[in-house]
Amino acid sequence: MALLIRDLRLATRAGGGFGLALAFFLIVCTLVPFGVGPEGGQLSRIAPGILWVGALLSCLLSLDRIFALDHDDGSLDLLATAPLPMEGMVAIKALAHWLVTGLPLALSAPVFGLLLHLPGPAYPWLVASLILGTPALSMLGVFGAAVTVGLRRGGLLLSLLVLPLYVPTLIFGAEAVRRGVAGADPMTALVFLAAITLFVLALVPFAAAAALRVNLR
Amino acid sequence: MSIWEYANPVKFMRTSGAALPWVVAGAAICTIAGLIWGFLTPQDYKQGATVKIIFLHVPAALMAINIWLMMLVTSLIWLIRRHHVSALAAKAAAPVGAVMTLIALITGAVWGQPMWGTWWEWDPRLTSFLILFLFYLGYMALWEAVENPDSAADLTGVLCLVGSVFALLSRYAVNFWNQGLHQGASLSLAPGERMSAVYRYPLYLTMAGFFLLFLALLLIRTRTEIRRRRLAALLARENRT
Repeated sequence: MALLIRDLRLATRAGGGFGLALAFFLIVCTLVPFGVGPEGGQLSRIAPGILWVGALLSCLLSLDRIFALDHDDGSLDLLATAPLPMEGMVAIKALAHWLVTGLPLALSAPVFGLLLHLPGPAYPWLVASLILGTPALSMLGVFGAAVTVGLRRGGLLLSLLVLPLYVPTLIFGAEAVRRGVAGADPMTALVFLAAITLFVLALVPFAAAAALRVNLR
Repeated sequence: MSIWEYANPVKFMRTSGAALPWVVAGAAICTIAGLIWGFLTPQDYKQGATVKIIFLHVPAALMAINIWLMMLVTSLIWLIRRHHVSALAAKAAAPVGAVMTLIALITGAVWGQPMWGTWWEWDPRLTSFLILFLFYLGYMALWEAVENPDSAADLTGVLCLVGSVFALLSRYAVNFWNQGLHQGASLSLAPGERMSAVYRYPLYLTMAGFFLLFLALLLIRTRTEIRRRRLAALLARENRT
């Protein structure tokens, strides 16, 4: 708990990168209409996909900071020797990352939906799918950060490792919003999305902790 | 006599060195004979001459998946029993698997162009193969990036486990996302579904050939890795004295 508060405080103080993900999301949503043209019908057709891909890339942006700073100043070694098990520490790191990136992204997504002419009935499903899906993105990102923590060229490698792991979440998340747009019942996709998130939250902390132990050896 | 004896690099080097010429010869005979036999088969009444791509496509796709499975098993052996040969075999297999995936994708595109009228289609099977290829790339990049060989083996082992789960998950998730254009299983035991014996037997032969080819490449590459490890140890000893 103290670790969670410390991480949140570090992220929200100056230089912590809080809001960076939101700004990046805004830029993605601004650039897409320049790329595909401003017609409303076309934009609203691709909006679910763009919003999900944008959210995913924004999550990716801050991943390499999760462990890098703690590794540099040595506090990661202290955390490793603390009584808190490594798995718990990793899960708390993921929770902190989600609270400063995933949750704000999900809550502000309707605004970006407006920019992209997302049709009306899809808004609740957009927020719901992001809230259900982004915890998995944060947890997998923490796994990627744990694998690459000691590396000099870690940043690019991190994206290469983590992005293929995001595929199932992206498929079901974007599918839920797309069904919301079409007026179909998005519950099936949402249930699958929630299943993947729960699965990731249950298993990936162990893998991330194992990778972190190797890197701190 | 147990398989764990080959965890000893000396024993592995001796046995693999003796077996290698036979495996190479078998791979050459099966692959070349299978491909020539396959080339001489009659044309399909619907697909014409393009049906012959199957003799490259199906064995490559088969190996692409099974090499990842082999890497999963060897990674598990490394993580559980700490046998270095096992980790080096997983490292040696990855580029071969990536190339097999690429062959399957390219031959599939060459076949799909005249048959489906498109080089690429976001079909579940095609997409999951592309994802598999990305997993291979990430795995190899991680081996390159980590300097300490034992840490590299550990990290890639963990990545292989997580990647296997997610490759499987993606495989079924893409079914949900798009309908398939790719035909079902090429080899089926049900008599009504399987293809004619004219094509089946050369296919079996090329499959055996590709398997032996992989085995030969795997042995050569693992032997190279062991020698590289020995060289590094020798150099380290030189520098110390």
